[in-house]
Amino acid sequence: MTLYVVRRLGLLLLAIVVTSIVVFLLLRLLPGDLAKVIGGTQATPEQIEAIRKELGLDEPLVRQYLDWVGGILHGDFGVSALNGETVTSQLGEKLTVTAPLVIVSTVLSIIVAVPLGIIAGARHRRADGVSLSAVSQLGIAVPTFWAGQILIVVFAVSWGLLPSGGFPREGWDDPGRAAQSLILPAVTLAVSQGAVLLRFVRSATLDVLHQDYIRTARAKGLTRTQALYRHGLRNASLPIISILGVQIASLIAGVVVIERVFNLPGVGQMLVRDIGARDLEKVQGTVLLLAIVVLVIGFLVDVLHRVVDPRLRVAA
Amino acid sequence: MRHVWRSWPGRLGIVLVGVLLASAVVSLVWTPYDAKRVDPTQRWRPISWSHPFGTDGAGKDLLSQVLAGARTTLAVALLTVLLAAVIGLTLGILSAISPRLVGESIAHLIDVLIALPTLILALVFVAALGGSVWTVSLAIGVGSGVVLARVVRAEVSRVLTQDYILTAASSGSSTWRTVWRHIVPNIAPTVIVQLSLIAALAVLAEAALSYLGLTPVSTPSWGRMLGTLQETITVHPGALVFPGLAVVAATLGFNLLGDGVREAVDPRLRGRAATASPVFSSVVDQIEDPAVVPVTGGAGE
Repeated sequence: MTLYVVRRLGLLLLAIVVTSIVVFLLLRLLPGDLAKVIGGTQATPEQIEAIRKELGLDEPLVRQYLDWVGGILHGDFGVSALNGETVTSQLGEKLTVTAPLVIVSTVLSIIVAVPLGIIAGARHRRADGVSLSAVSQLGIAVPTFWAGQILIVVFAVSWGLLPSGGFPREGWDDPGRAAQSLILPAVTLAVSQGAVLLRFVRSATLDVLHQDYIRTARAKGLTRTQALYRHGLRNASLPIISILGVQIASLIAGVVVIERVFNLPGVGQMLVRDIGARDLEKVQGTVLLLAIVVLVIGFLVDVLHRVVDPRLRVAA
Repeated sequence: MRHVWRSWPGRLGIVLVGVLLASAVVSLVWTPYDAKRVDPTQRWRPISWSHPFGTDGAGKDLLSQVLAGARTTLAVALLTVLLAAVIGLTLGILSAISPRLVGESIAHLIDVLIALPTLILALVFVAALGGSVWTVSLAIGVGSGVVLARVVRAEVSRVLTQDYILTAASSGSSTWRTVWRHIVPNIAPTVIVQLSLIAALAVLAEAALSYLGLTPVSTPSWGRMLGTLQETITVHPGALVFPGLAVVAATLGFNLLGDGVREAVDPRLRGRAATASPVFSSVVDQIEDPAVVPVTGGAGE
């Protein structure tokens, strides 16, 4: 187990380093000269040269990369070239919108998708199981932003129950309105995440149903349902844990889109805007931080998986 | 193909992908109107015989735009699949048949690449280089290619234990001949299923990126249409129906096609279905195949 954790930790660190290199190189591809953007159209070539020197843009690539990584190791993820604020402080502010959104939608999708997935799996030959499965297949095919648009039309435009987008300027100082404006986005994200999750739970349940221990349980007199609940679900829960880890990455990508649909001032919106504004250092820091979050969650999920499943430990 | 047609997911998948193909081809030679022609006299026309999907705020015919968008969607899907297939097969087969040291290094490389949050990197990549059909396909193709590589590696390792490989080797078949004549045909069904799911992923990703406005205005795209139409969502919500349905139909088509192929080649799976995304299905493959234990990849071997 210790050996596994150490090796997995090594993989995590390696993945973070590779990600940082990829992010760094990707952003060197950005067309446009940052120094010119900051200097504005009025700047003389000498001024631009001075800005370039100040930002270290005249250094060789390797040197620039090492400077950047060195800063990160001291907790300095960089400063926005445009407004001078640190990446971490701005990200912290935006997370007050994005983090509740991600957490609520994840919890919501689990609450809805896990029971429905079990039903779909256990009753896979009945009409209700088949229709649940068909609905999830459809749910997977609906793009997140279109689902959001439909919800806007129904709940905001037609019925006027909820705001169609935006976030109160006061933020969480006005908790009622803040929460209200996150309902539709959270539900939208939960729908698309839940559809995928449902399919997984169904597949895991089906797998379990064909196992010998279920047959043994049936043989000693348990009903199908009892056998599934007492022996099956415990086993079916294992693959579901790994899926949740994988889903975090797609959830974060979904957030970028959903924040645009509902015009929420979160991390995703900030990222898209910064890319447009060529705020290199900030985009670099933001993307790396997001990537690290995804990688660390993946690591934790893998280790958790080992902890709860003794078979994997034996196999290793 | 006949076997795929037998199951209802396969049948629906073939029909939907067929419609997508037909729309893309037809749009090359004919659309009811010029998809880009602005006509101020025809703004916000409802559904009618002359405009089956209606028109948008500039008087552009929506059906023509949807048909033209099919071209972009199909191009991205095909390019992504092609790229993913090349990367996945090359890395996967190499890592399985190379000498132990090389093979395991490639396997570890695959693990690291899979761990990278592809969708986020794709966003930055597309934003940096400008989102053309090429850059979008490149970003999604590379990301799903490494995931495919892991599936291929597991499949090839399974095939390698079969007697016919031993027979081929002992009758003097060269490594490349064995790979081409015996390994590739035997892993093909699995790979085709994965590629079909990757195509669905590509359709959704293209829609999302163009919705965000990261692809050029000149490229017709369903995602961009939906992005533009959202500005007037309170007044003309109906215009969003058909472009949205187009994305759903294309994605559903590729996903169901994958399910159909899977059921056709593996009757044991009858009654269950493939999963939505190649990322997830690779995990599921491992779950379904007890021989492949490391859910997290090579680190646990």
